[in-house]
Amino acid sequence: MTGFPVSAATTPNLWQRSARADAIAVLVVAATALVLFLLFPQSLALLTRIVAIMLLVLSLDLVTGYSGVATLGHATVFGAGAYAAGILAARFGVADPLLMLAIGALAGALAGGVSSLVILRGHGLGQLVLSIAIVQLAHEMANKFSSWTGGSDGLSGIMPSPLFGLFRFDLWGRTGYWLAVALLIIVFLVLRAVVRSPFGMLCRGIKQDPVRVRAMGAPVYFTLVKMYAIAGAVAGLGGALSAISTKVVGLDSLSFSLSAEALVMLVLGGTGKIFGAMLGTIVFVWFEDIVSAINPFHWLTIVGVLLVVVVLFAPKGLVGAIESVVSRMRGRKT
Amino acid sequence: MKAAALDVSGLSAGYGPTRILEDISFAVPAGGRLAVLGRNGMGKTTLLATLAGQTRRHGGSIVLGEVDLTGLDGSARALAGLGYVPQHRAIFKSLSVEENLFVGLKSRPRAAIEEAYGLFPRLKERRRHLGGQLSGGEQQMLTTARTLLGQPSVLLLDEPLEGLAPVICEELMAVFGALAEARAMTILLVEQRIKAALEFADAVLILERGRIAWRGTPAELAAQPAVVERLLGVGH
Repeated sequence: MTGFPVSAATTPNLWQRSARADAIAVLVVAATALVLFLLFPQSLALLTRIVAIMLLVLSLDLVTGYSGVATLGHATVFGAGAYAAGILAARFGVADPLLMLAIGALAGALAGGVSSLVILRGHGLGQLVLSIAIVQLAHEMANKFSSWTGGSDGLSGIMPSPLFGLFRFDLWGRTGYWLAVALLIIVFLVLRAVVRSPFGMLCRGIKQDPVRVRAMGAPVYFTLVKMYAIAGAVAGLGGALSAISTKVVGLDSLSFSLSAEALVMLVLGGTGKIFGAMLGTIVFVWFEDIVSAINPFHWLTIVGVLLVVVVLFAPKGLVGAIESVVSRMRGRKT
Repeated sequence: MKAAALDVSGLSAGYGPTRILEDISFAVPAGGRLAVLGRNGMGKTTLLATLAGQTRRHGGSIVLGEVDLTGLDGSARALAGLGYVPQHRAIFKSLSVEENLFVGLKSRPRAAIEEAYGLFPRLKERRRHLGGQLSGGEQQMLTTARTLLGQPSVLLLDEPLEGLAPVICEELMAVFGALAEARAMTILLVEQRIKAALEFADAVLILERGRIAWRGTPAELAAQPAVVERLLGVGH
């Protein structure tokens, strides 16, 4: 059968284009990291914290932005990674940072997989309530098992050994920062591959029309459980990174407020977009840091105003707004 | 997947407690082409949706080849080999053509989407366009191609020609004919364009108020203009 006549546009290989875009994106991330390192040598701890939270927001983007699962309890997987890595170091003397990261990712994946079995049973508001219940349960468990977690005092005594036996986690946070940047780049590349894979497309299809996907014979529930486990691993890495860089794990890493903030950051940057999650985190945490320093009493109000402005004037988030400006400019040129 | 026979017996179904279909029984042999006709609101779409497991079944059975589909949900029926192309071209509008096809791959390798492009070369040309940017005909090609990637043994087509230009209708019907012949696929076609449906099918079933009012071959139907006028509202 022959096709209909269409404009004879030659299309370059899709995967070659993607690889090129990925390479450019990695260069942009690395260059930005270098510039920030040089411009803000006193703020490396904050920058590392931003990357750790960014991993949580990226993880949330996988389940909410790409798969359409409503959750306000995503800190569960971040906290699971943080506590697993922290307990391993503080209680069992395992100080290898790479091993701590691996354990954090594993714990996050496990927490994600198990909690999703419950959360995915609900829909809409019910799903949201289940996710809140789970993060509250996890928070309370961490509080009760204080002999392991340190309870409300936090888990301390985490002393990671030098990275590769060479780079100590110094007071300035240089090693922690570069470890965070390397992790971010690796996670970024992995997630780009995941969301572009047939599995990632299936998740996006489920977000748009789960009934249709089910009618096609795809297992909606287990696909989402799998995505939740992947997302859990990413957030768990973020939690472990936080434990390694701050050397302490507090109950706030398993809190409802962290979950809600992560959702706010995602909406701010733009859901269903990896760059959206990254940009939303940077803008939110940095803005929060600056505003709270300027006005320690009313900074939350100012942050609230920022969010209202973004949601009203850029409903697709900052990245969505940038995309529409770029597309308008291109439209004018042609 | 090899073509399979479809055997429907005493099927009653509807939406919630409301019964739309009553005591529907028919059989389509492996590789057969059945046209389901009837005026609007007579239960044609409900019949296909019921076969695909998307309505409430009140009674009866559905057997595909050796597999009893009766108690299975829509997902399991699709896995058993039932491919359903719904009336309103349920494509994922914010995904590109290629991404839409990826969703249909399930566990098949990426290279399998070349099958879809072989069947509908226009989709390859449009592969980077979003589903929502396609014309009605292209959307129909996309949803059909995506369903075929699941390698169904029986294909349920619900008004695939609705709202399409005649040239695209011919193109689509040629593909359906090729599928039925080259792959010996069993096809159930619900269609308002009676001429196209009769040219395609080797058996016809007419629904009237949720029941089978007439069955036979296209030639037999053509020989009974009174039936055509009474049940389909079309004069000769």
